[in-house]
Formats: sequence, C-alpha cells, structure tokens
Amino acid sequence: MIDQVIPLVYLAAAASFVLALKWLSAVNTARRGVIVGVAGMALAVCGTLLKPEIVSYRWIGAAFVVGTIIGVPMALMPMTAVPQRTALSHAFGALAAALVGTAEYYLRTPDIDRFTMGALTLEVLLGFLTFTASLMAFGKLQEILPTRPITYRNQNVMNLSLFGLAAGAGAYLVVRPENTWLFPAFGAMALVFGVLLIIPIGGADMPTVISLLNSYAGLSAAAMGFVLNNKLLIIAGALDGSSGFILSVIMCRAMNRSFTNVLFGAFGQVQAGAVAVEERRTVRSATPEEAAGILEAASLVIVVPGYGMAVAQAQHKVRELYDVMAKAGVEVKFAIHPVAGRMPGHMNVLLAEADIPYDKLAEMEEVNSEFPRADVALVIGANDVTNPAARHDRKSPIYGMPILDVDKARTVMVIKRSMNPGFAGIDNELYYMDRTLMVFGDAKAVVGGIVKELAGGAGR
Amino acid sequence: MTPDLELSLYVFVLATFLGFELIRRVSPLLHTPLMSLTNAISAIAVVGSILVAGEQKTDLSTVLGTLAVACSMINIVGGYLITYRMLRMFRKSGKDKT
Repeated sequence: MIDQVIPLVYLAAAASFVLALKWLSAVNTARRGVIVGVAGMALAVCGTLLKPEIVSYRWIGAAFVVGTIIGVPMALMPMTAVPQRTALSHAFGALAAALVGTAEYYLRTPDIDRFTMGALTLEVLLGFLTFTASLMAFGKLQEILPTRPITYRNQNVMNLSLFGLAAGAGAYLVVRPENTWLFPAFGAMALVFGVLLIIPIGGADMPTVISLLNSYAGLSAAAMGFVLNNKLLIIAGALDGSSGFILSVIMCRAMNRSFTNVLFGAFGQVQAGAVAVEERRTVRSATPEEAAGILEAASLVIVVPGYGMAVAQAQHKVRELYDVMAKAGVEVKFAIHPVAGRMPGHMNVLLAEADIPYDKLAEMEEVNSEFPRADVALVIGANDVTNPAARHDRKSPIYGMPILDVDKARTVMVIKRSMNPGFAGIDNELYYMDRTLMVFGDAKAVVGGIVKELAGGAGR
Repeated sequence: MTPDLELSLYVFVLATFLGFELIRRVSPLLHTPLMSLTNAISAIAVVGSILVAGEQKTDLSTVLGTLAVACSMINIVGGYLITYRMLRMFRKSGKDKT
C-alpha cells in the first residue's frame, strides 16, 4: 500500500518545487513560493522516511538534529555575508551528493550496470569538485584566502591534465567498476581539481563562479536521481542546474566575457603594464559638506552602489541619505549593475535590508537612459562598472562590458577610499573628468557626514 | 537502453527546459533569494541520503549516509529560512515591513 502512495507524494513534491520557482519570479508572490517549496521538501522527506527499506531512524534523527543546529545560524547571518554563506551551502549540498554516490558505489559494486555507473561517476566527480571549489570560493569571499587570482606557470595545462586524468579514471571505472582501488584516487583527483579550479579566479568573478557551482551542485543531485532511479531527484536537480546555468550566463554577459575567460583567464591580476604608464592627472576632490550642498540643490540623484558599499557596511547610512533627500523633495534612484557585489542580486538584498523600497532599485537597461537627466550620479564603492573606457577604449581589458553611464550625469560624485584602481587593475578615467568630484574616505563615514550636513541644513 | 532510463532522460531534459523558462522570468531584483531557494531545493539529495543512512547495509554506508543527511539538512533548514528572511526585507515605497 505505502509503496503505491510514495511515488504520488514524490510527484506532489516535484510539482511544489516547480510552483515555488514560478512564484519566486515576482516580489509579491515570492514568499508564497518559499512556503510551497518548504511543503515540497517536507513531502519528500516524509515520503522517504515511510519507505519500508529504512530499518533504523536513530542515525537519521541525530543527523536531522545536527543539521538543524548548524543550519539555523547559517540562515541568521547578516546580509553582507550572504555570498560566502551561499558558497558554503553549495559545499554542503555537493558533499551530500558525493557521499551518497560513494556509499552507493561500495554497496553495489561489482553488480552495477554501465549506465548507472556512468551516472554515479558524474555524481561523485561533480559532487567532490564542487565541494572543494565552493570551500575555496568561501575562503576567498570571507577573505581567509587572498582574493586576487593566484597564477603560476602552465597553470591551465596542469589543471586540464588533472581533469583529464580524473575523467579518464572515471571512464575506466564505468567500464570496470570492480576496480575498487581506483575509486578513492578518482575521488581525490576530483577534490584536488576543485581547489585548483578556483585558485586563479579573482573576487570580482565570484558572481559567475557561485552561479556555476550552484549549477554543478544541482546536476550532481540530478545524477543521483539517475543512480537511484528517482524522478523527483532528477527534476529538482535539473531545475537547480538550469537556474545556476542561466545566472552564470547572465553574469558573463554583464561582463562581456566568456565562460572560458572567467574560468581560465585569471582576470584581475595586477597588470604590470598598466601601472607603468601611469601619468599624474589631476582630480577634483570635495568634502562631505560640499557634496551635501550639491545634493541639496539636485532634483534627480542616481546612486550607484558597489562592493565597496558592502565592505564598508554603509547600506544603512545610504538609507538615511535616501530618507533625508526624499524628505527634501529630491528624487533618488538606485542603479544596480548585474555584477555589482559578489553574487547575483547582492546589492538588492543589501539595500532591501536597509529598508530602501525595491521600486527605487533600477536595473542597468532601464536606468541608463536617465543619467543625462540626472543632476548627480553618486557612486558609492563601485568602480569598473562605471568606467567609460569600456565604451570606447579598445585596448582596455574591460572594453565592451556593459556599464552604467554615470559620466552622462551633470555632476558625478565618487565616494572612494583612495585612488587605488578597482578590481580589474585599471585606472578609471571617470575620476579625471571635469564634472567629477572625488569625496575621499570610508563610505560609511562620508555618507554619514553628508547626511548630518543635509539634516542640519534643513533646520537652518 | 532500458525503458526506465529512457523515461528518466526525458524527465531530465524536460525539467531542464522548464527550469530555463521559469528562471528567465525571475526579476534580477530577486537573484540572490533565487539562488538560496534553488540551493535549498537541491538539498533534495536528502532523499538519497536518508535511504543510504536508514538501510544500514554496511557500516561505511551508514556513516556516509548519516553525514550526507546532516549536510542536506543544513541546506534545507538554512536555505529556506534565509530565503524567507531576505524576502521579508523587500518592501515597496510607502509601505511598512510586514
């Protein structure tokens, strides 16, 4: 009896996941999407627990408790830590798939058919490499590891040969699964490859990498579905896999780069040549007081936030600035570049956390036509995504990348710590324009200063 | 190719296309919650993990399965909770948070 019910429960779970993603597409239905997603997962877990094959619940119960104890604090992290949290959870998801694949291998071998073994190899390969790659991404985002790309000679050749070796071992195992000695070596190679894959990737490419790892974790769950002949796993894994893939394509497009370039290009190395041609050009700098004066007189201000805002934790001060200016009748909009920050949508959650209404957050395509109308473009901690060189300088490494047209605003104000170049290691010609004012200092302190000035000025 | 496998491949390909269509419609505003939600959904690996841990066929499989259940559970609990938390933060002008 129960055997006939469980497939229906799984079917309902799969349908819930589809609905969850459908409802997530818009803000007003998104929360409903999460709830139906939870319901789907509850169905899947309960359905599985009812299976007659399960002889003991002791270890499962203990693992549930441990998982919950670790999972809850991971959900309560501050929004600035969301990129590293996401990387860490990709690591856990991939590890789960890899461990199940390993267990299944030792349980079934040598009576395992080629196809199942093929799926199992993929599951373990993707699982283990995503596990270490995600841990490395976590390390870079948490700045335990250096965020600049680390390169050495013949890096790509070495990485690709190791991957080739792992793939070869996997293929051999598919043909001769009884060679149990090879399996640990295969797993180890996948683990090492994951580490090597992330070493040459720099911090600003993390949005693409995190999305790609998201996709891999999903695909390894789908591969597990093929091994266990479970359609629910295949559907959920495929949904996750396609989601991560689309996000990484969007991220690549927003940087005008290819996958190959992101993964093997070691973008963002300190470029020796670029530093050498440095000439002393003059910039105009301003104090927060002067900045406040200009902002007060504006009628449309477009704020361009970047990773620097997240690092300085300035989002709450930015919200105060938004409040003061809105009160003074200044129209304020936020222009969000798709790759601003360290993961897709990073700026949006930070600003939403600071309680800035989401209808004030505009995407690049819709806001770019408004810059010529803007009195002030206020750049807070963004750099390469505002560099006009991307439009006209064919020699620039970021040439062709879609940028926010801040240089078209009447006045450009840039809040920045120092004149150090941004992630791409190139100078930003925006800073040397006549209409640009540089306000040097920590984003949080500077915005705080401007707010104080504006609030005081209103009372005078 | 067995009929079972053929069916599984159909399911995989169709689900991937469905995924493309669904995700393309998600507003860039919600890309971070999208990723944490899909991350929670991919913790569906819990199904396989529970089976391996609960069947208790060998010591090795029980240990690996239990670890896998714990890892998946972290993502289920953490993933849904943080997605919900994030979505609660999004509000329109003139409306208070609920």
